[in-house]
Formats: sequence, structure tokens, C-alpha cells
Amino acid sequence: MKKKNDAFSRLLDWLENGDQALDTEMEDSLSDASPAEHIKQKKKKKADKRKTASKGASAPRRAYADSWWYRTCAVVICLSLIGLLLFTALRLPEFGTADTLIDSELTEYYVEHTLEETGAVNIVTGIILDYRGFDTLGESHVLFIAVCTVLLMLSVRGEKNEALRLKANEYERHFEPEDDLILQSAARILSPLTLVFGLYIIFNGHLSPGGGFSGGAILGAGLILYQNAFGYEKTERFFTYKTFRWVSVCALLFYSAAKGYHFFTGANHLENGISPGVAGNILSAGLLLPLNFAVGCVVACTMYALYTMFRKGEF
Amino acid sequence: MTMTWWQNLPLFLILCPLMCAAACSALKGKAARAVITALSALECAGMGILLYYTAKGNESFVYAMGEIGAPFGNELRVGPLEALTGLAFSLVLLTAILGGWQRLTQDVAPNRMNLYGSVTCLLTSAMAAMVFTNDLFTAYVFIEISTIASCALICASNKGKTLFSAARYMIMNLMGSGLFLLGLSMLYCLTGHLLFPQLGAAVRGLLEGDRYPIPLYMSFLLMTLGVAIKSALYPFHTWLPDAYGNATATSSAVLSSLVSKLYIFLLIKIFLRAAGWEVFARRIEDVLLLYAAAGMIMGSVHAIRQRHLTRMVAYSSVAQIGYIFLGISLGTEAGMAAAVYHILAHSAAKAMLFLSANRLREASGDEDTFAALRGSALRVPMAGLAFTVGACSLVGIPGLGGFASKLYLASAGVEAGGLRMAIVLAALAVSTLLNVAYMLRSVLVLYRKKEELKETDQSILCRDGFFAVAAVALILLNLVLGLLGGPILQLIEQGIRLFA
Repeated sequence: MKKKNDAFSRLLDWLENGDQALDTEMEDSLSDASPAEHIKQKKKKKADKRKTASKGASAPRRAYADSWWYRTCAVVICLSLIGLLLFTALRLPEFGTADTLIDSELTEYYVEHTLEETGAVNIVTGIILDYRGFDTLGESHVLFIAVCTVLLMLSVRGEKNEALRLKANEYERHFEPEDDLILQSAARILSPLTLVFGLYIIFNGHLSPGGGFSGGAILGAGLILYQNAFGYEKTERFFTYKTFRWVSVCALLFYSAAKGYHFFTGANHLENGISPGVAGNILSAGLLLPLNFAVGCVVACTMYALYTMFRKGEF
Repeated sequence: MTMTWWQNLPLFLILCPLMCAAACSALKGKAARAVITALSALECAGMGILLYYTAKGNESFVYAMGEIGAPFGNELRVGPLEALTGLAFSLVLLTAILGGWQRLTQDVAPNRMNLYGSVTCLLTSAMAAMVFTNDLFTAYVFIEISTIASCALICASNKGKTLFSAARYMIMNLMGSGLFLLGLSMLYCLTGHLLFPQLGAAVRGLLEGDRYPIPLYMSFLLMTLGVAIKSALYPFHTWLPDAYGNATATSSAVLSSLVSKLYIFLLIKIFLRAAGWEVFARRIEDVLLLYAAAGMIMGSVHAIRQRHLTRMVAYSSVAQIGYIFLGISLGTEAGMAAAVYHILAHSAAKAMLFLSANRLREASGDEDTFAALRGSALRVPMAGLAFTVGACSLVGIPGLGGFASKLYLASAGVEAGGLRMAIVLAALAVSTLLNVAYMLRSVLVLYRKKEELKETDQSILCRDGFFAVAAVALILLNLVLGLLGGPILQLIEQGIRLFA
């Protein structure tokens, strides 16, 4: 059939089909297959292309990112950005001079008043959990949302597709450490110590350097070490998906509620009934101790969940 | 002084979603979906009340987060402008959830629905926090939350395509966040403050003494660049079409009309409250103007070349983001007001376009090439109507939101005068013509007669009550934005004046 090529039929064609070339390009780069399959397909296509090219057929169009001007532009833009940032950095106030923080009102206030107003010997904890508690509240939800996203992508829990779960388990068996004697003997001593040390850092957060974030990370590391040495079965005796869910949910709810109470009374200038206590005591600084514990729980759960999701896709 | 009851609302508008997010992750999927619907409805109500009181009293108030207020603690600030933007965003969120409900049940596995609920709740909270915050670093924290949340929304349907687009989205957006953080820390290093009012005063002080001008401009430039990447201003738009085109309908609607606008609203806040007109008037705006004008035209050119309806709608977002930045870059009060107006108008129209495009696609055997969509508007009349209204609004037919905002943009351009006026008017004219080309084409294709679908496909066409509700609500919203242009613009201007 003779293809009509007058303006009107081309217009009609465009009305109904749009630009074909762009679409094939799109289908090339995005197919519905799983990532692994997709990479395989891509390799195959590349090989095919090479074949056709060597046969002397018309040379395939080079991809956008392969062209020399694209690469040159990328390098030039990167270099100029680096240059610009270095140029700016040289013009920042010099470190350690009186100019460093031109207006150091905040720093002075924090150093002078944190102990008296919050009861925290560790000023950093006082600042992040009290003065700027709202930022920290957001920050712990950043961890939570990171876990949610990873669960959304990788979790095979409750998956209808039985094959997928079996596959995940099979992979796991493949990588499961096989009762490594050295690892187990070391972990038998190290993991309880790590866990206790993590708890110490959390509970001492308002008195000495540390707090929920660092202590929680240590707790999480201890859990991961234990899991690595002794496997899922033994870990599941005390830490399952259920534990993870309830601990993190309760910690976050408590955190939000406590901070909410604090914000509400603060903004309305109401008496909140929480006293800073005697500075230096373990039970002091009002809400900071339980808040630190909540943050620690969230961080530990997040670390362990991320690890196990990337490894097996299930607890 | 204690706060009146409604002045406590902002705290709860941020805290409730946070707590719901934690609770959702422990709920069953269906319950979680009910929670997010109820939550966004509550959010609408709260924002409405705030808007009513702040606009009536022509006042803005500061809410200290803790006993110790500025400049040592965190603060929220609420005025008419914040409340209005928040109201628009939460309305869009509610309608997006309702309108994409059916699709959501298909795309997101039941065992993942509770996580989808959590993520949406956190996004809601981030929305409220970024709209209300009076503190630059708090804004950054919630930028992080909304970035990760949007990534989760994209890959929720968990297909090969969405994973790729989510990865691309993540890389570009983290780049944007990084640049923003770099600018923020540079600014903190120079001024020693993070709260907007103190920051603004310190910046003015620095400018008057002509101290550290280069790092100062650079920090604002980096923040602008970060926001431009995150909201897909023209040359940084490459992540957008895949992300919006492949995600489930609710996600695309939320991403395009809530998340990217949120960053722009934050940028407006930074410009008006931290930078002040001077920094901004001297350096940044001319550059922005050119990018915006390029985006308005190139976004439309790309949209014309698309073969898929959703991708076309996604590319038209690039053009519309250009309009918003055009308003901002004029550097006048009228320009800012027009930009905010366009944020509202475009949110209302774009959410509707994505939702109805999804519905049309469902009615065409789940394909969204123009060839497959022929006559689909006749099969699902409600979606066809919604799409047509949305398209008309974007093109700028009088009586709809898009017309009002384009009018205000043009008049702000005329007010600016000189070369700027020429660029604004030319870009508006060319872009509108291109808009007409692709929107008209898609509407024509949708209403072309075609033989009915096969019997087997009829089951998809069951009525979708939630979609109808959402579509009617959005059409009404568009009409309100189109017909009540004057009062709404006044409200925005009132809010902007209270900003300073």
C-alpha cells in the first residue's frame, strides 16, 4: 500500500499517535521486567546492536549520554561548580576568628542557660531534645519513613506470591553463616557488651556525650552482630517483626505525645509539671531521659530492619 | 498570654499526622486507607478555620514550640497566606486519595497498603510543617521527609518501571536537598540564626555593611538551585516525566500538585522573609526569569511530542512550573502574588488531569497511548469532563483558575516594564499557543468516536463513586479559582504584606 504523505494525513497521524521515535526510546529504557531481567535484556539488545553494526548495516543511533559533547558538558559543568564552591568557601569568615558566627547570641545563650533550664549536663542533648525538639522529632520520623520505604520496596512479608518468598528464603540459606566458631565465640562476648554499652549511652545521654541517636546505633549494631553469628532462628526468640513494629510504633507515639505536650504547654505558657531535677542525677532533666530512650529504640529498630530487609526481605 | 483555641491548631495539624503515621504502620491496609482519608479531611477543616480567623483579623501569629521562644527555640508562624496554601494542598490531597482510590487498591498490594498510609500521613505532616515553619532548618528536616515520602509514593506500585523512575527521582532530589543544605549551612555560618525574622535582620545587616557579599549571594543561589532541581524547573526536569507518568494515579496527583509546589512555597518564604527584596532583586531574579521562560516553552514542546497521555500531562507540569518561577522572578509583590495564585490554580488543575487521565486509561484497556484512548471520554463521561475542564484551565479559558493566574502574571509583567515585560508577554503567548496545541489535540482524541470496547473489558467500567466526588470537587475548585479571582488575590496580597 502506498503510504500517503501529504500534510493532512501526517497531521492526522500525529493527532492519533504522537511522536513514535521518542516512544520507542522510552520503551527501550523502561520495560516492565524486574531490574535483573531488565539488565539482561539490555545486554542482549546491546549485543544485537553490535552484531548489526559489524554486519555493516546502518549504524544504530548513539544514545544521548554516549555522545562526546554530553560528556564534555558534564565535566565542564562539574569543574565549574567545584571552582565556584571553592571560590565561595575561600570568602567565608575564617574559622576560629571572632567573625565566625557574626551573631553568636545563640551560642552564648545555650552555653549559659541549658543546664539551668533543661537540667541537661550535656548541652547538645539539651539543645536537640528541648530547644530544637521539633527538628529532632522530624529527624526521628525521617528514620521511620526510611524504614517504611524500604519495607514498601523489599518486604516479602505477607506476599501472596509464594514463589517470591521461597526464593528469598533460599537465597538466605545460601548466605546464612554456617556456625562460624570464631564469629560465635567473639559475638558471645561482644554482643551483650555492645547492647549494654548502647543502653548506657542512651540512658546517660543527658549527662555525658551520647544520647538516643548514637546509643541506638550501637544497640542496632549489637543486634546485627548477634544475628550474624547465630542466625535468624535464635534472634527471633527475642526480636521478631512484631517486636520491631510494636517497639518502633510505641516509641514514636510516645515521642510525639510527649513533645506535643511540651510544645502545647510551652506555647500557652502553662505549667507543665516537669521539673529539671537535680542536675547530674541519672533521674533528672525531666523528659530528656525517656525521650532519649524513645529515640534510641527507633534508631536501633531502624538499623536492624534496614539490615534484615536488604538481606532477606523478611525478619 | 495564652493562645486562643484556633491558634493551637497548627501544632495539631502537624502532630496528628505524625502520630497517625506511626499508628498506620501497625494497622491493616483498609483501616490505614480510611485513616489517611479522614486525616486529610481533618487537615482541610483545620486549615479552613485558620484561614477564616487569620484573614478576618488580618493578622499573623507565632507559635513557639516549647517554653523558650525565638530566637532560641523552634517556631511556627501562621498568616492568611500559609493557611490558604495549606488549605489548597490538603484539599488536593483529599481529592487525590478519593479519585485514585480504585486504582490504589489495584496498584498497591494489600499487605503494603498500611505502609502507603504511613508514608502519606508523613507527607501530610511534612506539608503542614513546611507551610507553617518559621525556621529554615526545620524546613530542611521536613524537606527530607517529603523527599523520601515521594520516593515511596512513586515506587509503591512496585513494578520495574516505577523502581527505575524512583531511583532517578531519588538521585536528582537528593542532589537538590544537598545543595539546599549547603546553602543553609553557609547562611547559618554567616548569620548565626535559623529563624526567618532574625535571619532576615542579620542578612540586612550584612548587606548594609557590605560584608561577605559573595558567600551571602552564593548561599541564596544554592538554595534556589536546590529548590529548582526539586521542583523541576526546566533544565533540571529530567526526573519528572518518568516519576509522574509511571506512579499510581494518587501518587502522581499528590507529587505534581503538592510536593513540588511545597518546595516553591518554601522558596517564596525564604526570598520574602530571609533574603528580603534586596538580595533577590539585585542578582538572582534575572537568571530565574530566563530559566522560567525557557521552561514554559520547552516543557510544552516536549509535551507535544508525547504519545502517552500521562507523560504529556507530566511534561506540561514542567511548563507550569516555569510559569510559577516566572512570577517569582519578577521580584515584585504583584509577581509573587501571581506566582502563588498559579500554584493554587495549577494544583487544582493538574491533580484533576492526572486523576481523570488514570480513569480514561482504565476505560481503555489500561493503555494510555493516544491511539488506545480514542473515544474513551465517551466511555467514562465524568473523567472526560474533568479532563476537559482541567485542560481548559491550563490553556487559560476565562472562568477557570488558569485564566486568572495567567492574567495576573501578565499584568505583573506589564507592571515590571522594560525588557522583562517583553520576555514575560512573549513567553506567555508562545506557551499558551503550545498549550492549546497539545491540550486541544488530546481532548479531540478523547472525544473521537470509536467502536465500543469488547465485552470482557466492560467490567472495568463499573462506576467509581469516589472518583465522581473528587472530580466534582476539583471542578468546583477550578471554577472558584477562576470566578473569585479578585478576593483570592487580595487574600494572597494581604498574606504577602504580613510576611515582611
